[in-house]
Amino acid sequence: MAISLKIEFGGGMELLFSNERSHNIKIPATVDGKPANLSSLIFWLKDNLLKEREELFIEGETVRPGILVLVNDVDWELEGEGDYEVKDGDEIVFISTLHGG
Amino acid sequence: MKTLNDRYDYGLELFLLSIDEGITGYRDDSLETVKRNQQQYDMPLKILSYDKLYGWTMDAIVAQIGKKNNCTFCGVFRRQALDRGAAMLNVDHIVTGHNADDIAETVLMNIMRGDIARLGRCTLICTQGEDTIKRSKPFKYAYEKEIVMYAYFKKLDYFSTECIYSPDAYRGHARVFLKDLEAARPSAIIDIIHSGEAFEVKDEVKAMQKLQQTCKRCGYMSSNELCKACTLLEGLERGLATVVITDRGHNKTEAEESSRPIETMRTIPFFHIPSESNRQETDSSIPNVV
Ligand SMILES: [Zn+2]
Ligand SMILES: [Zn+2]
Repeated sequence: MAISLKIEFGGGMELLFSNERSHNIKIPATVDGKPANLSSLIFWLKDNLLKEREELFIEGETVRPGILVLVNDVDWELEGEGDYEVKDGDEIVFISTLHGG
Repeated sequence: MKTLNDRYDYGLELFLLSIDEGITGYRDDSLETVKRNQQQYDMPLKILSYDKLYGWTMDAIVAQIGKKNNCTFCGVFRRQALDRGAAMLNVDHIVTGHNADDIAETVLMNIMRGDIARLGRCTLICTQGEDTIKRSKPFKYAYEKEIVMYAYFKKLDYFSTECIYSPDAYRGHARVFLKDLEAARPSAIIDIIHSGEAFEVKDEVKAMQKLQQTCKRCGYMSSNELCKACTLLEGLERGLATVVITDRGHNKTEAEESSRPIETMRTIPFFHIPSESNRQETDSSIPNVV
């Protein structure tokens, strides 16, 4: 079984993902027997969609500090961050807030 | 600013001012954004380029000095270019988009560098030297996160990418450190600004600080005879001289080269502060105009 998600990148994040802001993806509904959540999604994106400079996207087990994550237009901090279990049709947005001078 | 001015009838006359550092690929996109902003907000726009003011684009500077330390040029040249652009527009106030994260970052950097003079100044919402144009930072207490969220939900057209020459290693480290702190405790950013504000500089130390003067060559405020921009520019021009001379196969020594008369070097036009009358407000477009 697969889950369809809409992924958006902004604030320069898209540069790491083929310079495309919008991606429609399908990911497996379970990872290692557990339902797919935002943490597993982040690693899925790293392995399947990320084109360059992984250190600008991931740090340790999560996204690099300074990257905002929205789930259906809600800050993921309100949704349990990486533990949020993604559902079919969810829209996930990653925005980098790290800018130059 | 534009919205507030219209809504509350502040009576300000607003301009967009943007600095073109001449970085291919980086500023190109952001200047496009500013040009769209000009239409969206229906405001006059002035773009001042490093090339026009200093005779050097950032690309040319990097080609000469390499990828290290070039953000020194970025910073010094941009600051002075903003003042000069504002003077050309004949405005009396520059509003920049610095947010709480930027200011906390600067506080950290000034502490680590031991730059006491700047430490006192960097947390002020509004700064004004005697002979400079007023500058203010209305977003001083607004988290970058809030601003980015606001811009996202309002679908504002803005630009934000890391400068491709960015390895201003120093600011970069401060920024990463700050973001790590924020992840652990979000109030860290405001706490650092508060600490910065609470610093008291002893009178004895204040007395030891250099007096502000004006640059002998270009008239811009400076703590030495030559301002930083003139000093950097002179270095670049001398470097250029070296290249030209060696290209032609002459064998001049360092000493001979540095005695080259200043008159043949490119310099920055003299800086004039706009007169008291006819002053207007400007909105610098880095990078948030709300
Ligand atoms: Zn730079
Ligand atoms: Zn000068």
